[in-house]
Amino acid sequence: MPAPTPYEKSFVLSLYERMALIREFEERVKYLFLEGVMPGTIHQCQGQEATATGVCASLNPDDWITSTFRGHGHALAKGLTAQELLDELFGARTGCCKGKGGSMHVGNMKKGMVPGIAIVAGGIPLAAGMALAFKMRGAPQVVACFFGDGAVAEGAFHEGVNMAALWNLPVLFVCENNLYGASTHVSKVMKDTRISRRASYYGFDGRTVDGNDVLAVYEAARQAVAECRAGQGPALLELLTYRRTGHSRRDTCGYQPKDEREAWFSRDPLDRFAAVLTQRGDISQAELDQVKSGVEQQITDAVAKARTAPLAGPEELLQDLFAPSA
Amino acid sequence: MPTKRLGIAEALREAIAEEMERDPRVFCLGEDIGVPGGWGGAFTVTLGLEKKFPGRIIDTPIAELGFFGVAVGAALMGMRPIVDVQYGDFLFLASDQIINNAAKLCYMSGGAASVPLVMRAPIGATGRGAQHAQSMERYFTGVPGLKVVAPSNAYDAKGLLKAAVRDGNPVLIFEHKLLYGSRGARAEPGATDATADIPAGDYTVPLDKAALRRQGAHVTILGWLLMLHHALAAAAILAQEGIDAEVLDVRSLSPVDYDTIGQSVLKTGRVLIVEEGPKTGGVSAEIAAGIMDRFGDSLMAPVTRVASPDVPVPFAPALENAYRPDVGRITAAARRLAAS
Repeated sequence: MPAPTPYEKSFVLSLYERMALIREFEERVKYLFLEGVMPGTIHQCQGQEATATGVCASLNPDDWITSTFRGHGHALAKGLTAQELLDELFGARTGCCKGKGGSMHVGNMKKGMVPGIAIVAGGIPLAAGMALAFKMRGAPQVVACFFGDGAVAEGAFHEGVNMAALWNLPVLFVCENNLYGASTHVSKVMKDTRISRRASYYGFDGRTVDGNDVLAVYEAARQAVAECRAGQGPALLELLTYRRTGHSRRDTCGYQPKDEREAWFSRDPLDRFAAVLTQRGDISQAELDQVKSGVEQQITDAVAKARTAPLAGPEELLQDLFAPSA
Repeated sequence: MPTKRLGIAEALREAIAEEMERDPRVFCLGEDIGVPGGWGGAFTVTLGLEKKFPGRIIDTPIAELGFFGVAVGAALMGMRPIVDVQYGDFLFLASDQIINNAAKLCYMSGGAASVPLVMRAPIGATGRGAQHAQSMERYFTGVPGLKVVAPSNAYDAKGLLKAAVRDGNPVLIFEHKLLYGSRGARAEPGATDATADIPAGDYTVPLDKAALRRQGAHVTILGWLLMLHHALAAAAILAQEGIDAEVLDVRSLSPVDYDTIGQSVLKTGRVLIVEEGPKTGGVSAEIAAGIMDRFGDSLMAPVTRVASPDVPVPFAPALENAYRPDVGRITAAARRLAAS
């Protein structure tokens, strides 16, 4: 018998629900996109649900995240609703960015998420600046900055991380290392593929964590966030994970070797967490199935509403370019 | 009301200090801006402010992309950063953060996010060769979501900077190295006097208004920064020849104040636009098209431009002088235009 985990049942179930929500959201969006009813392009995160969920579970509502072009999971983990995201993806004025952001720029300034920064590594200096604002104000907030392994090759990574380290800023740099920048394997773009080691070059510690183990992610993030709040930031977490779906649109992942895919599929974050939960003794498979059917229904309802949500109209084209002076 | 005579560098310094006094959210970020015993930035604008505002004049690594991103992030969280580059040419390094983030986040978020950010950049050909010399307004005036201004005198410099700090949006201020009036080791050879009487009280200059600098009836000459001064000198020469030139300081490069410009165009029917940067793709080309769109029927001659040739800024003083529009070229162009 494995030892029961020390977490409250309600807490771990909430993590499971959030991961299931992200998976169901992404699968349904993929279907809608392939069906041709959803405009634009999509970058999805099936297989990476534990990174977003574990990190965001360590944050307070008034903490912030920055995200990338692959931000649906981050958004759901930070508390944006499936409805406001789906509406945005459909180009509706009821979307989280009034239809002006789209899939790559989802965010909600009232919920602590800057619209996704879709230029690789572009969110890294930005997050450092957000943290500088918190520090100058003496606010206890932190920002978690999500980026992929591909961002590490950008100059913006070096410049942003260097300044965050120099000024001890409360930033949690979260590298979701899914082994591929678009279709190119990490080993083709960096000599040292252990990304967490780079933190030491800037004078702080980085950690590599199993990014498909939501509790491991949560624990690492919780500790890092506490350090940041105590003025000992920044922190860098390299979360090892895998994208089960294409980089974007109709990408069939022909560059991912079959054995590699199978090995990672056997470490699927949802399946693994379900196994952990059912071994606790106080959570049954039936309860997990109920959580799953709950999120399925939630997404079904949200999709139905989003399909008929009021689309952004030409009269809104010129609005929102500038903020009112204050 | 008592006034004092200040140069642009001093006026900007006063504006920054007053805004920092007024609003605790205001701070400065840049290279070599607050080093004790240093220069106060490349052109002395922040000289001594680090003593008055400890912790709010922040020296950065040489990392323009990074610290412009830091400034955007801080602005997004409600701070009011004033960030600068030592030479405008370095804005290219920072341009991802300026163009993709600062200028777009408000729109991309459906108006929920705002980036109240002031950016300062010294430009102009000043004996430094090709990479510390460009007039690069053109690359930013066409970016939706950015406001771009260019003060030609100390009064405007102070008032525009204050207005920029109080605006809720990213504002890029282009300053000319020959107009700063920087002193001591950072003085510029061949500088032009851009001092002005600065009133004692608080004032701002609107970010979207051109200014009439000389009234005239025969031709309208539009310029900004150093070229405005050259245009005024040309107008004085033209006056002796019986050509009465009206001179406007465009000052707000984005948005362009077509109301003020239009009044002059309707009066003279002849327009000459002077720009220090290369002719192709210039701000002057945009303004010429803007005038054609709005006032084309009232023109008595095609809009004319004087700009630099389409080459990088050369080093040799003889070449640089041949490159940059001067009083003689402006005068000659205005003469031709008045006779057409």
